[in-house]
Amino acid sequence: MLYLDHAATTAVRPETREAMAPFFDDAFGNPSGMHAVSQRAKNAMEQARERAAELLGADHPLEIVFTGGGTEADNLAVTGVAIAGGIIGGVVTTAIEHEAVLESADFVSRLGGPVTIVGVDDDGRVDPERVAAAVTSQTRIVSVMTANNEVGTVQPVAAIAAAARAVNPEVQVHTDAVQAYISEEITTASTGADLIALAAHKFGGPKGVGLLYVRDGIGLEPVLHGGGQELGRRSGTHNVAGIVGMVAAMEATVADRAAFRQRVGQARDGFEHALVAAVPDVEINGAPESRLVQHSHVRIPGVPAETLLIRLDQAGLAAAAGSACQSGAVEVSHVLAAMGVDENAAAECVRFSFGWPSVPDDGAVAAARVAATVAELR
Amino acid sequence: MSAPRALVAMSGGVDSSVAAALMVEAGYEVVGVTLKQWEGSDGEMPTSGCCTVGDAEDARRVAAQLDVPYYVLDYVDDFRTEVVDRFGAEYMAGRTPNPCIECNRRVRFKALLERTTALGCDVLVTGHHARITHDEAGYHLMRAVDRAKDQSYVLHMLGQSELARVRLPVGEMTKPEVREHAARLGLRTADKPDSQDLCFVASGNYRTFLRDNFAEVAQPGPIVDESGDVVGHHEGTVDFTIGQRKGLGIAAQTPRYVVDIEPATATVVIGRKEDLLVSGCVVGDATFVAGAPPVGGVVAVKVRYRAKAVDAELIADGAGRWRVEFVDRQPGVAPGQAAVFYRGDEMLGGGTILEPVR
Repeated sequence: MLYLDHAATTAVRPETREAMAPFFDDAFGNPSGMHAVSQRAKNAMEQARERAAELLGADHPLEIVFTGGGTEADNLAVTGVAIAGGIIGGVVTTAIEHEAVLESADFVSRLGGPVTIVGVDDDGRVDPERVAAAVTSQTRIVSVMTANNEVGTVQPVAAIAAAARAVNPEVQVHTDAVQAYISEEITTASTGADLIALAAHKFGGPKGVGLLYVRDGIGLEPVLHGGGQELGRRSGTHNVAGIVGMVAAMEATVADRAAFRQRVGQARDGFEHALVAAVPDVEINGAPESRLVQHSHVRIPGVPAETLLIRLDQAGLAAAAGSACQSGAVEVSHVLAAMGVDENAAAECVRFSFGWPSVPDDGAVAAARVAATVAELR
Repeated sequence: MSAPRALVAMSGGVDSSVAAALMVEAGYEVVGVTLKQWEGSDGEMPTSGCCTVGDAEDARRVAAQLDVPYYVLDYVDDFRTEVVDRFGAEYMAGRTPNPCIECNRRVRFKALLERTTALGCDVLVTGHHARITHDEAGYHLMRAVDRAKDQSYVLHMLGQSELARVRLPVGEMTKPEVREHAARLGLRTADKPDSQDLCFVASGNYRTFLRDNFAEVAQPGPIVDESGDVVGHHEGTVDFTIGQRKGLGIAAQTPRYVVDIEPATATVVIGRKEDLLVSGCVVGDATFVAGAPPVGGVVAVKVRYRAKAVDAELIADGAGRWRVEFVDRQPGVAPGQAAVFYRGDEMLGGGTILEPVR
């Protein structure tokens, strides 16, 4: 099976697995306890927090909140900031955000907070000026993803943050960096963000764990209530193995990033080059000058994505279209709709996403398989 | 040569589960699919009713047990326009449609069958109870071995080109045999109850569904007797079907039945049991399995899914219309239902009842 759905999730890195192993074994303790078994877990977790803070350029380790994944981190950021202090603040976000952000914004809206959804251009770019134009004195949080998870367009988050703050210096800027972290440098400086969400499983960590960087001093209402872990910002017994594994994956990601961009970029470019040669009418979506190196989101006119994906699966190539719903059926993408792609064209779009295990040759192999399947379907 | 490949439409019920198992046993490479036909406002599959996330999960688990690939295919748009909207439009026109037939005609055995090759398969398999046979004259569609479960009525639109690419393996088994087979294989659907309701009506009450989705069917109007006198009022023609006796809200010495529905004026006409009897009906959009009507006009005809087949003469009426003249006058002939023709065990074809002939 040639797996080109690394944007959905990717394999756990060997470094991750190795780092996690002790915490399934004799270091199984609950870090909230007082005895030696707990303390071992606690120390490992706090060491991980320090490293995560360093890797993200945070000022203090306690700016890192460990969560149960990317969705939870986005919920905590958008909802947590918007409803902090008991007065509902406004949200400005974009039409191409992950549902974790859009649905959180909708939740804030249902609580009575003003929410504005900013559109994008045909390549999925967010214009900083359009975001700034949406910011008002009521806006408390601006949420713009670092890179889109479907088409891969990388957003000018730092410019957006600056433009938003120029209108209202009080706004907090959140960026969902879940899809981008594996290939883009993500730090507080590079993004200019006050909040940054990550999900471990997108960069070689385990599923079910993520983090939210929250700049010190930002008011945050928790979304999970309970035992008060994470300074009350996220209750629930810590997933110590997951946290340690995630940070090991962050280390590996940062160390590998330049090589990743080289290796995976070659695979992706080789894929697109060969695919265009074999299927000349293929259309490549996303911003050409600013796209994740691992993403190739293409439309093959006249070939329904659902049919193509099933045939490719049968031919040993795993890819995806849009986002999958609970049943696994292919859904029409809100991202493509926001980019002005009509419903029929959207139903012909497929995402091939390369990942850390990919090698440069994977591109040509995949393109040949796609081209052969397309030829059969046409 | 590689094994032939079968696309099995798996609803999550026991019949299609066993159909998939039988194709695996027959040496086919099987691909299981569930059609996502209806969704809630959140875009997800419904969680109650027949065609639900739970059913898709049952189908997925059965496919996993059989070690075959499984996919959910999005037919929501097709299903809405081709089945549900027509269902509402027919009711608004005062007819009594059968959405399962329209689904078979326009989605399952059309859109899905057309895609079978594109999905890399040679034949389309469903869990319907009916049998397909083949001889020098071509393909025949026969009633199921289990007469009580026979579904040939809802397959009346199938012709030679469809039957050549369709397999109905459970039609050769009785329902208890199907369940035994499922139990023997340890399939989780072995004891699952048969679905009764329309798959897109989560509440189980299609009249509530119609009221919620097609407001016009809730137009109040008069109930009149055979002489035209107003004897009552109703809250929408949706609540009535030809032959209905209950729920009329009319006090009369002898039972009264709905004998006609006039949508233009939202009028429901009631009468006595004998007023329901008609001598025949006009049938439109008729198709024949053999590609041509049967030689000799006498056939047995079913005018409802659960009706007994009765003898009738089939007379060409021009322009694809046929006149069905019953040997004995029949009750409960409702426009919108299918009239399906049989000779013995063989289903010959059928069409949609346009109007009764009194």
